[in-house]
Amino acid sequence: MQIVIIINNKKTLLDVELNEFLADTLRKHGMLSIRKACNTSCCGLCTVWVDGKPTLSCSLLSIKAVGKNITTIEGVQSEAENFAKILVAEGAEQCGFCSPGFIMTVLAMKNELKNPTEKDIIHYLTGNLCRCTGYMGQLRAVKKYLGVN
Amino acid sequence: MFTLINLVQPDTVEEAYRVLTEKKSNAILGGCAFLKMGSKRIDTGIELSKLNLNYIKEDDSHIEIGAYTTFRDLEKSPILNYYFNGVIPKSVADIIGVQFRSIVTLGASVYSKYGFSDLIPTLLTLNCEVELFKGGRIPLEEFLKSAYEKDILTKIFLKKNHRIAVYKNLRNSKSDYSILNVSVSNIDSKYIIAVGARPAVAKIAKKASEYLNHGNINEDTLEKASNIAAEELDFGDNMRGSAEYRKAMCCVLVKRALKEVLECR
Repeated sequence: MQIVIIINNKKTLLDVELNEFLADTLRKHGMLSIRKACNTSCCGLCTVWVDGKPTLSCSLLSIKAVGKNITTIEGVQSEAENFAKILVAEGAEQCGFCSPGFIMTVLAMKNELKNPTEKDIIHYLTGNLCRCTGYMGQLRAVKKYLGVN
Repeated sequence: MFTLINLVQPDTVEEAYRVLTEKKSNAILGGCAFLKMGSKRIDTGIELSKLNLNYIKEDDSHIEIGAYTTFRDLEKSPILNYYFNGVIPKSVADIIGVQFRSIVTLGASVYSKYGFSDLIPTLLTLNCEVELFKGGRIPLEEFLKSAYEKDILTKIFLKKNHRIAVYKNLRNSKSDYSILNVSVSNIDSKYIIAVGARPAVAKIAKKASEYLNHGNINEDTLEKASNIAAEELDFGDNMRGSAEYRKAMCCVLVKRALKEVLECR
């Protein structure tokens, strides 16, 4: 089946299987920042934005994304780089496998929450798992990025 | 992974129902987050996004929520945060992460009668009604007890009133399924207690609710009501907990929920 999805502001014609999920479609299209890990919808590594909302691309059927605006980390490179520098400075990045999904969630949180507390930040990021860093470095980096004391 | 042979995106509920009932193996595609973990073979998948069922609205007497509304929309809705002590947003706020809640739909969770649902116990204590295309508008409690029949859940109704409700759950880790979940509501000193993830689908603890509705409320009666709830409901084993453990935890969660709902007065 052929569908049209807007990926990083570009209308894109894609061939998809009916039971194909967006993470696979995007990877086939060269968006290799999309990572698949848990396959049970709980790790957050495949997070992209669908019409600006952070969404698990591994659990959204590609056919449900027709006509939607999909944003991957390739579409927000400059902002992602700013935050990634803070992540590195805070020692919050090791293997980096979870970073694209994590960064997409943090950038979405910045757009969505005004003056979040530490509790708000932790709650928003519950769906992003990282097996390397232990989360404290990530929390320091996010607070620094958002200017939260 | 499930198999999908054909796909339709109907413009009307009538058309969706016609396709659904044409063949036993035709099925509605809800959020699909749970469906993808199985190996179901679906002949024609029916995708409902063209039916405009993603909404939360209110009139003078009721709140109406469309079946395609996501849990994230429930969580952020000003209407639902205002009514019933904000219990609906609180019930769904701890389900995995924001990215997951952006996909899961109310209709799929309720229609599938999932035992692990964090939302169903709360809807039971709010005297929720469901509207089915064929079955019409019926109480959620009746729908949960009914035998499986192919139908399409289009919306739910909540009566607007000053009912206060609370929600409690027990999980092994923050983003895991509930081992047990409890909701309690109170309006004019009339209580409804519902317990879910037993691990069967949520049920109202009728004897415990009745006991509180006819007696004084104090530490002893709260204790007694929580014990009645644990005795009258049946519990089962699964990988998250044994029936015995669930029964013991039922007493604890019901008592905590009752205490909290009293403090909300």
